[in-house]
Amino acid sequence: MIVRISGEDQYRLADADAEELKRLEDAVAAIVESGREDGFAEAYAALLGFVRTSGTPIAEDEIETSDHILGPPDLTFQEASTEFTGEGLIPD
Amino acid sequence: MAGLTGRMSTVVKAKVSKLLDRAEDPAETLDYSYQKQVEQLQNVKKGIADVVTAKKRLQMQESSLQQSVVKLDTQARQAVAANQEDLARTALERKNVAQTELQSLDTQVTELEDQQQKLTDSEQKLRAKIESFRTKKEVIKAQYSAAEAQVRISEAATGVGEQMADVGLAMQRAVDKTENMRARADAVQELEAAGTFDDLTALGSGEDDIDKQLKELSSKPAVDDELAKMKGEIGAGGAASAGQIPSQSQTPPEGQ
Repeated sequence: MIVRISGEDQYRLADADAEELKRLEDAVAAIVESGREDGFAEAYAALLGFVRTSGTPIAEDEIETSDHILGPPDLTFQEASTEFTGEGLIPD
Repeated sequence: MAGLTGRMSTVVKAKVSKLLDRAEDPAETLDYSYQKQVEQLQNVKKGIADVVTAKKRLQMQESSLQQSVVKLDTQARQAVAANQEDLARTALERKNVAQTELQSLDTQVTELEDQQQKLTDSEQKLRAKIESFRTKKEVIKAQYSAAEAQVRISEAATGVGEQMADVGLAMQRAVDKTENMRARADAVQELEAAGTFDDLTALGSGEDDIDKQLKELSSKPAVDDELAKMKGEIGAGGAASAGQIPSQSQTPPEGQ
Protein backbone atom coordinates (compact mmCIF):
# COMPACT_ATOMS: atom_id res chain seq x y z
CA MET A 1 0.00 0.00 0.00
CA ILE A 2 1.08 3.56 -0.62
CA VAL A 3 1.03 6.20 2.09
CA ARG A 4 1.69 9.88 1.58
CA ILE A 5 2.99 12.15 4.30
CA SER A 6 1.68 15.46 3.15
CA GLY A 7 4.35 17.92 2.10
CA GLU A 8 7.02 15.24 2.40
CA ASP A 9 6.97 12.01 0.41
CA GLN A 10 5.04 8.97 -0.68
CA TYR A 11 6.10 5.65 0.86
CA ARG A 12 5.44 2.08 -0.18
CA LEU A 13 4.58 -0.14 2.81
CA ALA A 14 4.00 -3.86 3.02
CA ASP A 15 0.35 -4.84 3.37
CA ALA A 16 1.31 -6.49 6.66
CA ASP A 17 2.12 -3.04 8.06
CA ALA A 18 -1.51 -1.94 7.74
CA GLU A 19 -2.39 -3.22 11.21
CA GLU A 20 0.36 -1.29 12.99
CA LEU A 21 -0.42 1.79 10.94
CA LYS A 22 -4.04 1.57 11.98
CA ARG A 23 -3.07 1.11 15.64
CA LEU A 24 -0.80 4.18 15.63
CA GLU A 25 -3.37 6.20 13.75
CA ASP A 26 -6.11 5.25 16.21
CA ALA A 27 -3.86 6.39 19.05
CA VAL A 28 -3.55 9.84 17.45
CA ALA A 29 -7.27 9.98 16.77
CA ALA A 30 -8.07 9.03 20.39
CA ILE A 31 -5.94 11.92 21.70
CA VAL A 32 -7.54 14.37 19.32
CA GLU A 33 -11.02 13.19 20.25
CA SER A 34 -10.23 13.53 23.95
CA GLY A 35 -9.69 17.24 23.31
CA ARG A 36 -6.49 17.29 25.41
CA GLU A 37 -3.23 17.99 23.71
CA ASP A 38 -1.12 15.82 26.04
CA GLY A 39 0.86 13.29 24.06
CA PHE A 40 -0.38 14.44 20.67
CA ALA A 41 3.02 15.44 19.29
CA GLU A 42 4.58 12.15 20.43
CA ALA A 43 1.79 9.98 19.05
CA TYR A 44 1.75 11.83 15.74
CA ALA A 45 5.55 11.62 15.45
CA ALA A 46 5.32 7.86 16.15
CA LEU A 47 2.80 7.46 13.33
CA LEU A 48 4.94 9.36 10.81
CA GLY A 49 8.10 7.68 12.09
CA PHE A 50 6.59 4.26 11.47
CA VAL A 51 5.74 5.18 7.87
CA ARG A 52 9.22 6.58 7.28
CA THR A 53 11.09 3.63 8.74
CA SER A 54 8.88 0.78 7.54
CA GLY A 55 8.24 2.17 4.09
CA THR A 56 10.49 2.90 1.16
CA PRO A 57 10.18 6.31 -0.50
CA ILE A 58 8.66 6.29 -3.94
CA ALA A 59 10.93 7.56 -6.72
CA GLU A 60 10.32 11.12 -7.79
CA ASP A 61 9.49 10.15 -11.36
CA GLU A 62 7.13 7.34 -10.34
CA ILE A 63 3.47 8.28 -10.61
CA GLU A 64 1.33 6.57 -7.97
CA THR A 65 -1.93 7.34 -6.25
CA SER A 66 -1.84 7.01 -2.47
CA ASP A 67 -4.03 4.63 -0.51
CA HIS A 68 -3.69 6.83 2.56
CA ILE A 69 -2.74 10.46 2.94
CA LEU A 70 -1.45 11.63 6.31
CA GLY A 71 -1.12 15.26 7.35
CA PRO A 72 2.06 17.32 7.17
CA PRO A 73 4.79 16.74 9.81
CA ASP A 74 4.14 20.16 11.39
CA LEU A 75 0.42 19.49 11.82
CA THR A 76 -0.73 21.14 15.03
CA PHE A 77 -3.14 19.70 17.57
CA GLN A 78 -5.61 22.41 16.67
CA GLU A 79 -5.39 21.67 12.96
CA ALA A 80 -5.79 17.97 13.67
CA SER A 81 -8.87 18.70 15.75
CA THR A 82 -10.56 20.48 12.88
CA GLU A 83 -9.51 17.91 10.28
CA PHE A 84 -10.73 14.84 12.15
CA THR A 85 -14.38 14.06 12.46
CA GLY A 86 -14.04 10.87 14.44
CA GLU A 87 -13.13 8.31 11.82
CA GLY A 88 -9.45 9.20 11.77
CA LEU A 89 -7.17 9.63 8.84
CA ILE A 90 -7.34 6.05 7.64
CA PRO A 91 -10.68 4.52 6.74
CA ASP A 92 -11.60 1.06 8.00
CA MET B 1 -14.12 8.85 5.11
CA ALA B 2 -13.06 11.83 7.16
CA GLY B 3 -10.07 13.99 7.84
CA LEU B 4 -7.26 15.13 5.63
CA THR B 5 -7.40 11.95 3.60
CA GLY B 6 -10.99 12.53 2.66
CA ARG B 7 -10.57 16.18 1.86
CA MET B 8 -7.45 15.69 -0.21
CA SER B 9 -8.92 12.79 -2.15
CA THR B 10 -11.96 14.88 -2.99
CA VAL B 11 -9.83 17.75 -4.18
CA VAL B 12 -7.70 15.47 -6.32
CA LYS B 13 -10.64 13.63 -7.84
CA ALA B 14 -12.45 16.84 -8.68
CA LYS B 15 -9.37 18.28 -10.34
CA VAL B 16 -8.69 15.17 -12.35
CA SER B 17 -12.24 14.65 -13.54
CA LYS B 18 -12.40 18.30 -14.55
CA LEU B 19 -9.30 17.75 -16.64
CA LEU B 20 -10.54 14.55 -18.20
CA ASP B 21 -13.97 15.98 -19.00
CA ARG B 22 -12.46 18.56 -21.29
CA ALA B 23 -11.85 16.37 -24.25
CA GLU B 24 -13.30 13.27 -25.87
CA ASP B 25 -10.11 12.34 -27.60
CA PRO B 26 -7.57 10.68 -25.24
CA ALA B 27 -4.61 12.23 -27.06
CA GLU B 28 -6.15 15.65 -26.66
CA THR B 29 -6.89 15.00 -22.98
CA LEU B 30 -3.30 14.00 -22.39
CA ASP B 31 -1.88 17.07 -24.05
CA TYR B 32 -4.30 19.34 -22.25
CA SER B 33 -3.60 17.67 -18.93
CA TYR B 34 0.14 18.04 -19.43
CA GLN B 35 -0.22 21.68 -20.41
CA LYS B 36 -2.21 22.32 -17.22
CA GLN B 37 0.45 20.61 -15.13
CA VAL B 38 3.17 22.80 -16.59
CA GLU B 39 1.08 25.88 -15.83
CA GLN B 40 0.63 24.77 -12.23
CA LEU B 41 4.35 24.29 -11.89
CA GLN B 42 4.84 27.95 -12.85
CA ASN B 43 2.51 28.94 -10.00
CA VAL B 44 4.58 26.90 -7.57
CA LYS B 45 7.75 28.65 -8.72
CA LYS B 46 6.07 32.00 -8.24
CA GLY B 47 5.04 30.96 -4.73
CA ILE B 48 8.63 30.06 -3.86
CA ALA B 49 9.80 33.44 -5.16
CA ASP B 50 7.29 35.12 -2.82
CA VAL B 51 8.65 33.23 0.17
CA VAL B 52 12.21 34.23 -0.79
CA THR B 53 11.15 37.88 -1.04
CA ALA B 54 9.52 37.76 2.39
CA LYS B 55 12.65 36.19 3.83
CA LYS B 56 14.92 38.86 2.32
CA ARG B 57 12.72 41.57 3.77
CA LEU B 58 13.00 40.08 7.25
CA GLN B 59 16.76 39.65 6.86
CA MET B 60 17.15 43.31 5.93
CA GLN B 61 15.22 44.28 9.03
CA GLU B 62 17.41 41.97 11.07
CA SER B 63 20.61 43.64 9.97
CA SER B 64 19.19 47.10 10.58
CA LEU B 65 18.09 46.03 14.08
CA GLN B 66 21.55 44.58 14.74
CA GLN B 67 23.04 47.97 13.95
CA SER B 68 20.54 49.62 16.29
CA VAL B 69 21.52 47.27 19.12
CA VAL B 70 25.19 48.16 18.72
CA LYS B 71 24.41 51.87 18.47
CA LEU B 72 22.13 51.90 21.53
CA ASP B 73 24.67 49.95 23.55
CA THR B 74 27.34 52.49 22.68
CA GLN B 75 25.02 55.34 23.59
CA ALA B 76 24.17 53.75 26.91
CA ARG B 77 27.88 53.46 27.73
CA GLN B 78 28.49 57.06 26.76
CA ALA B 79 25.57 58.14 28.93
CA VAL B 80 26.80 56.13 31.92
CA ALA B 81 30.27 57.63 31.52
CA ALA B 82 28.69 61.09 31.43
CA ASN B 83 26.58 60.28 34.54
CA GLN B 84 23.35 60.62 32.62
CA GLU B 85 21.55 57.67 34.09
CA ASP B 86 18.12 58.49 32.66
CA LEU B 87 19.51 58.60 29.16
CA ALA B 88 21.42 55.38 29.73
CA ARG B 89 18.27 53.70 30.98
CA THR B 90 16.29 54.85 27.96
CA ALA B 91 18.98 53.58 25.61
CA LEU B 92 19.02 50.21 27.37
CA GLU B 93 15.26 49.95 27.27
CA ARG B 94 15.30 50.54 23.56
CA LYS B 95 18.14 48.11 23.11
CA ASN B 96 16.07 45.56 24.99
CA VAL B 97 13.13 46.04 22.64
CA ALA B 98 15.40 45.80 19.61
CA GLN B 99 16.91 42.57 20.91
CA THR B 100 13.52 41.02 21.54
CA GLU B 101 12.43 41.91 18.02
CA LEU B 102 15.69 40.56 16.68
CA GLN B 103 15.15 37.19 18.33
CA SER B 104 11.66 36.96 17.00
CA LEU B 105 12.80 37.86 13.48
CA ASP B 106 15.53 35.28 13.70
CA THR B 107 13.05 32.52 14.53
CA GLN B 108 10.88 33.58 11.63
CA VAL B 109 13.71 33.75 9.12
CA THR B 110 14.63 30.20 10.11
CA GLU B 111 11.04 29.13 9.67
CA LEU B 112 10.82 30.76 6.24
CA GLU B 113 14.06 29.08 5.22
CA ASP B 114 12.52 25.77 6.21
CA GLN B 115 9.39 26.54 4.17
CA GLN B 116 11.49 27.55 1.19
CA GLN B 117 13.45 24.30 1.33
CA LYS B 118 10.29 22.22 1.57
CA LEU B 119 8.67 23.99 -1.33
CA THR B 120 11.79 23.64 -3.43
CA ASP B 121 11.81 19.91 -2.72
CA SER B 122 8.12 19.68 -3.59
CA GLU B 123 8.65 21.59 -6.79
CA GLN B 124 11.43 19.22 -7.76
CA LYS B 125 9.22 16.19 -7.12
CA LEU B 126 6.33 17.70 -9.02
CA ARG B 127 8.62 18.51 -11.93
CA ALA B 128 9.90 14.91 -12.01
CA LYS B 129 6.35 13.54 -11.98
CA ILE B 130 5.24 15.89 -14.73
CA GLU B 131 8.21 14.88 -16.82
CA SER B 132 7.34 11.24 -16.19
CA PHE B 133 3.75 11.98 -17.24
CA ARG B 134 5.02 13.55 -20.47
CA THR B 135 6.92 10.36 -21.34
CA LYS B 136 3.99 8.20 -20.32
CA LYS B 137 1.49 10.10 -22.41
CA GLU B 138 3.49 9.53 -25.57
CA VAL B 139 3.56 5.80 -24.82
CA ILE B 140 -0.18 5.78 -24.14
CA LYS B 141 -0.89 7.69 -27.33
CA ALA B 142 1.18 5.30 -29.41
CA GLN B 143 0.32 1.96 -27.88
CA TYR B 144 -3.20 1.92 -26.54
CA SER B 145 -6.67 1.91 -27.99
CA ALA B 146 -8.92 4.82 -27.10
CA ALA B 147 -10.77 2.85 -24.40
CA GLU B 148 -7.61 1.53 -22.74
CA ALA B 149 -6.00 4.91 -23.01
CA GLN B 150 -8.79 6.58 -20.99
CA VAL B 151 -8.12 4.27 -18.05
CA ARG B 152 -4.37 4.79 -18.13
CA ILE B 153 -4.68 8.54 -18.50
CA SER B 154 -6.94 8.57 -15.50
CA GLU B 155 -4.42 6.59 -13.42
CA ALA B 156 -1.47 8.77 -14.37
CA ALA B 157 -3.39 12.01 -14.08
CA THR B 158 -4.67 11.08 -10.61
CA GLY B 159 -1.13 10.41 -9.43
CA VAL B 160 0.16 13.72 -10.74
CA GLY B 161 -2.99 15.44 -9.49
CA GLU B 162 -2.38 14.14 -5.99
CA GLN B 163 1.18 15.44 -6.02
CA MET B 164 -0.10 18.76 -7.25
CA ALA B 165 -2.78 18.97 -4.58
CA ASP B 166 -0.13 18.20 -1.99
CA VAL B 167 2.17 20.94 -3.25
CA GLY B 168 -0.87 23.21 -3.25
CA LEU B 169 -1.48 22.41 0.41
CA ALA B 170 2.18 23.08 1.27
CA MET B 171 1.99 26.38 -0.62
CA GLN B 172 -1.10 27.38 1.32
CA ARG B 173 0.62 26.68 4.63
CA ALA B 174 3.65 28.68 3.51
CA VAL B 175 1.48 31.60 2.45
CA ASP B 176 -0.35 31.57 5.80
CA LYS B 177 2.94 31.60 7.68
CA THR B 178 4.34 34.34 5.45
CA GLU B 179 1.26 36.45 6.21
CA ASN B 180 1.91 36.17 9.94
CA MET B 181 5.52 37.16 9.42
CA ARG B 182 4.51 40.13 7.32
CA ALA B 183 2.49 41.42 10.27
CA ARG B 184 5.55 41.06 12.51
CA ALA B 185 7.76 42.81 9.94
CA ASP B 186 5.27 45.66 9.72
CA ALA B 187 5.30 46.03 13.50
CA VAL B 188 9.09 46.35 13.49
CA GLN B 189 8.88 48.92 10.73
CA GLU B 190 6.41 50.94 12.78
CA LEU B 191 8.86 50.99 15.67
CA GLU B 192 11.57 52.19 13.32
CA ALA B 193 9.29 54.81 11.81
CA ALA B 194 8.39 56.04 15.30
CA GLY B 195 12.07 56.71 15.89
CA THR B 196 12.44 54.02 18.51
CA PHE B 197 15.91 53.09 17.37
CA ASP B 198 17.03 56.59 16.42
CA ASP B 199 19.85 58.62 17.84
CA LEU B 200 19.12 59.25 21.50
CA THR B 201 21.54 62.11 21.99
CA ALA B 202 19.03 64.30 20.18
CA LEU B 203 16.49 63.60 22.91
CA GLY B 204 15.99 65.79 25.91
CA SER B 205 15.38 64.47 29.40
CA GLY B 206 11.59 64.76 28.97
CA GLU B 207 9.78 61.50 28.54
CA ASP B 208 7.76 61.13 25.39
CA ASP B 209 5.03 58.72 24.49
CA ILE B 210 7.45 56.27 22.91
CA ASP B 211 9.43 56.11 26.14
CA LYS B 212 6.35 55.26 28.14
CA GLN B 213 5.38 52.51 25.73
CA LEU B 214 8.88 51.15 25.69
CA LYS B 215 9.00 50.97 29.45
CA GLU B 216 5.90 48.85 29.41
CA LEU B 217 7.34 46.68 26.68
CA SER B 218 10.83 46.16 27.96
CA SER B 219 11.56 43.97 30.91
CA LYS B 220 12.62 46.20 33.74
CA PRO B 221 14.86 43.83 35.74
CA ALA B 222 16.92 43.10 32.64
CA VAL B 223 17.46 46.81 32.07
CA ASP B 224 18.32 47.39 35.76
CA ASP B 225 20.81 44.52 35.70
CA GLU B 226 22.47 45.69 32.57
CA LEU B 227 22.67 49.27 33.78
CA ALA B 228 24.27 48.14 37.04
CA LYS B 229 26.74 45.98 35.13
CA MET B 230 27.58 48.80 32.77
CA LYS B 231 28.18 51.17 35.67
CA GLY B 232 30.44 48.61 37.30
CA GLU B 233 32.44 48.11 34.13
CA ILE B 234 32.82 51.78 33.45
CA GLY B 235 33.57 52.55 37.10
CA ALA B 236 36.23 49.84 37.17
CA GLY B 237 37.68 51.22 33.94
CA GLY B 238 38.09 54.50 35.81
CA ALA B 239 39.71 56.37 33.00
CA ALA B 240 36.60 56.63 30.89
CA SER B 241 35.71 60.25 30.54
CA ALA B 242 32.37 61.73 29.61
CA GLY B 243 31.33 61.39 26.01
CA GLN B 244 33.94 58.79 25.21
CA ILE B 245 33.26 55.21 24.38
CA PRO B 246 35.04 53.02 26.89
CA SER B 247 37.14 50.26 25.45
CA GLN B 248 35.25 46.99 25.28
CA SER B 249 37.73 44.22 25.85
CA GLN B 250 34.89 41.88 26.62
CA THR B 251 31.38 41.96 25.24
CA PRO B 252 28.79 42.14 27.98
CA PRO B 253 26.24 39.35 27.97
CA GLU B 254 23.06 40.38 26.19
CA GLY B 255 20.31 41.38 28.58
CA GLN B 256 18.25 38.22 28.32
